[in-house]
Amino acid sequence: MRRLLFLLPILIVAALVAVFWRGLDPNRDPHALPSALIGKPAPSFDLPGLIEGAPRLQLASFKGKLIAVNFFASWCLPCRAEHPFLKQLSVDLGVPFIGIAWKDEPEAARGFLADLGDPYAATGADESGRTGIDFGITGVPETFLIDGDGIVRFRLAAPITSDALKDELAAAIAKVKP
Amino acid sequence: MRHAFALLAMVWLCLAPALGQEAQLSDPKLEQRARDLSKEIRCVVCQSQSVADSDADIAREVRGIIREQIAAGKSDQDIRDYLVARYGDFVLFDPPFKAATYVLWLGPLAVLAIGGIGVVVYFRRRAQEPLARAAELSAEEQSRVERLLHDGTDGGA
Repeated sequence: MRRLLFLLPILIVAALVAVFWRGLDPNRDPHALPSALIGKPAPSFDLPGLIEGAPRLQLASFKGKLIAVNFFASWCLPCRAEHPFLKQLSVDLGVPFIGIAWKDEPEAARGFLADLGDPYAATGADESGRTGIDFGITGVPETFLIDGDGIVRFRLAAPITSDALKDELAAAIAKVKP
Repeated sequence: MRHAFALLAMVWLCLAPALGQEAQLSDPKLEQRARDLSKEIRCVVCQSQSVADSDADIAREVRGIIREQIAAGKSDQDIRDYLVARYGDFVLFDPPFKAATYVLWLGPLAVLAIGGIGVVVYFRRRAQEPLARAAELSAEEQSRVERLLHDGTDGGA
């Protein structure tokens, strides 16, 4: 017992080193919030199509398919940074990206896609922002992975502009795909 | 006087955005409820601010939702549940006591208990130690102590 007590300070120091080491990790974001929706059914949505003449954007129509739902806005600078990567990302990952223009005038969002290209398999306009709130987004861009059963499997609350984030998304997809 | 008034107006203009020029509920009682509730909801972007204090887009949105639901006759708890379902317990400044938050609530008590045990053990040991040490004196040391105590001369050493 005495001898074990002698080890106690060493153990405490080791535990503190582990905690501080984790704190020093440059990839760790102390403000990151885990999504409350992981493992739960994605909030159902039924939004007007963004592109004129396009059908409404409904979650139900993607049943049986793995999709990446990407919230964006024309007024959001990080979205502009992320946008050029999305098309290649969709091809590389083999997952269709669904774009939802969050709290954006449809006209402005259409202009954004006309200027920078449209990487999305389908788009919808969430002008009121309530679909975004249903998903618990803290801002744009955010990307949610929704499996064929409509369950949210993964969320990235950041523009996917680095290989590290792309790898994270790819790893999440690999886990979901049979 | 006129200058003072202009100054006051300018100060008011600076403060006005923070006070919120957003649509308010017409019933002051309901508006007060909305304000009280928004003080206990955390802004998920700024994190250490409540949505009542924050000027972030999302905070404004959440204030709007709170007003809307109060106007629709929802209870405060309904609104809390609505936000927790979307953002998790983190949005509440006063998180509920449940399995996921045991560490949060009980952690400080556990640290206090460990410290308390340490203090008790320390004082107990200290209370026992002088006796233990006295018993360890050799016969020679013992007689030297007695000599010192009796006539203050130290014959030895």
